[in-house]
Amino acid sequence: MSKLPPYTTTGQRAWHYTFLSICALIFFFLIFPILIIIPLSFNAQNFFTFTPEMLALDPAGFSTKHYADFFNSSDWQNALKNSFRIAPVATVISVTFGTLAAIGLSQSHVPFKGLIMAVLISPMIVPLIISAAGMYFFYSRIGLQGTYIGVVLAHAVLGIPFVIITVTATLIGFDKSLTRASASMGAGPVRTFFKIQMPLILPGVISGGLFAFITSFDEVVVVLFVGSAGQKTLPWQMFIGMREQISPTILAVATLMVAISIVLLTTLELLRRRSERLRGMSPG
Amino acid sequence: MSDSSPVIAADGRPLKASLNRALRRQKIRALLLIAPLLLFVLVTFIAPIADMLFRSVENDIVSNTLPRTVVALDDWDAGSGETPDEMIFAALAADLAEAVAAKRHTQLGTRLNYELSGMSSLFRKTGRQVKKLDMDAPFREQFLEIEEDWADPEIWITIKANSSKYTAGYFLNAVDLQNGPDGIEARPENQRIYVKLFGRTIFLSISITLSCFLLGYPIAFLLANLKARTSNILMILVLLPFWTSLLVRTSAWKVLLQQQGVINDVLVWIGLVADDNRLELINNQTGTIIAMTHILLPFMILPLYSVMKTIPITYVRAAKSLGATNWTTFWRVYFPQSVPGIGAGSILVFILAIGYYITPALVGGTSGTFISNRIAYHISSSLNWGLGAALGAILLALVLVLYGLYDKIVGIDNVKLG
Repeated sequence: MSKLPPYTTTGQRAWHYTFLSICALIFFFLIFPILIIIPLSFNAQNFFTFTPEMLALDPAGFSTKHYADFFNSSDWQNALKNSFRIAPVATVISVTFGTLAAIGLSQSHVPFKGLIMAVLISPMIVPLIISAAGMYFFYSRIGLQGTYIGVVLAHAVLGIPFVIITVTATLIGFDKSLTRASASMGAGPVRTFFKIQMPLILPGVISGGLFAFITSFDEVVVVLFVGSAGQKTLPWQMFIGMREQISPTILAVATLMVAISIVLLTTLELLRRRSERLRGMSPG
Repeated sequence: MSDSSPVIAADGRPLKASLNRALRRQKIRALLLIAPLLLFVLVTFIAPIADMLFRSVENDIVSNTLPRTVVALDDWDAGSGETPDEMIFAALAADLAEAVAAKRHTQLGTRLNYELSGMSSLFRKTGRQVKKLDMDAPFREQFLEIEEDWADPEIWITIKANSSKYTAGYFLNAVDLQNGPDGIEARPENQRIYVKLFGRTIFLSISITLSCFLLGYPIAFLLANLKARTSNILMILVLLPFWTSLLVRTSAWKVLLQQQGVINDVLVWIGLVADDNRLELINNQTGTIIAMTHILLPFMILPLYSVMKTIPITYVRAAKSLGATNWTTFWRVYFPQSVPGIGAGSILVFILAIGYYITPALVGGTSGTFISNRIAYHISSSLNWGLGAALGAILLALVLVLYGLYDKIVGIDNVKLG
């Protein structure tokens, strides 16, 4: 792919470079909208496009005032605080239940495995608006609608499929003779789990947790229905901001969130490499 | 050999029984590990979905609020075209007096208004006067005095038609039908919106899937055929959007596609578009398709890539060595082997697209919205929960069929992330 053999004709050569340019354009389409908001967020004006001063790289055209807006606005700060109050708790719930169930599912004889798997994966498949509507109806009946606990439970269940999928994937590579060896040396099941199994599947558990965290941290549809004003999260505040008067503060928030995604992505990539190394596969 | 003694395990039991017991224990242990989560998902997720499905057919408000009237109406012949007799009006007076005391008559009016407009104001107006009814005088005349609409048989037909505890009415409404006097019939022309909206949702989802395929296939092909080091770096360009918040990406497109936004500015600057004739790229279907293609593209690329990665390069070499041109090699040898990836990616993108709510709500305007937006409207604004639930149930059925298909092609166990 990278090097053309010497016998290629001019036509093939031309097509090769055309193909590469098409791919470059598609990559540009993928990444450009995310990168463009970073410089735009430093705009000194309340515009959503580059001002002449910015294009001339004049320092007067840039400012951090939209970031100051974000850090000084009580609406945004409350939203940020709520997001960090909800996402970690939801993550802990999904990771705890999810890891246990994934270990159960990876045993060799599980009755109704297909059905159980379908139920556990369903929160990922069912459109969010339907989950949100159902939860709104049902949580109002049992008094959880508009409460912190309601939102946390809803977000926890949305994160579960991701935990199940990542942890089961790690468990496929897990050598079962290790737990048998541990048991034959007199360790109980709990000790075996924490000393032998957990350290080995930890990368999978952590990446499942990151997925669950980002699911809750990004989620807006369900929280719109299940939450009330007291649970207004960052995405909710962004949603309102975009629906009503769109202000450039959103771009500053978006830039900060891109930074968060980059951190998460890097962590995941490192975990993936570590997990492949532990399983004896060389990282690509 | 049936009378020979069975093999005995170390503890003196027959080996077969011993093995069975061990197997049973293993099964129980597995189930015990799964049980907490299963219970959690059943309560916090499956029960809400079941509740929504139940609400799409639930209809007990008439029979609960007007119990006596419903019983009295049993004997009334809806086809006669006559106003009911005094007995039914007496039952109605008793029911309404209770309903007004419990402040339930306005809810009932709102519910019946979905079936016949005017019912809401009729019940509100009558509700205000119920206390003044003279208990000894004939009720029929008094009701007609309050509002002469009570003489209209149409009103009574509507009440009678909705007196059962369950109704298919919401589902009929969701597909632009209604329960008329002569059975199921189409709704009036100006009220038929849902079939069109479902059609538009499916059409837009197909367009988005198609454009994801067109943009995703070359990228997946490139990534699968590059050296590992280069492809890992380029993969970041796919994974970063995948990990970036949905709202960040939507807001980016909202900013870019505006008439005074960056894309229009660039087009004006290079002279493709006149300054006074800037393109309308947002708040219409174009905006929805562009933004959602960008958002869902990684979901097409990743499954395609993982399938293409397994296609052995030797097949391509063999085809070429047998004299096939580049195109024939690709079309006859490579492409057929990538079809499972196309299937998996397309179904995934389509399932995700068809239920989207946020992006169409923010960049779709009025012409680029989906059925989800209508469901949200019925649940939070119009409060016609039954109709919202029925629309949701239809959408859910559609998604589950596709999910079954996906399961057949890929298998739920084989879903990969990142």
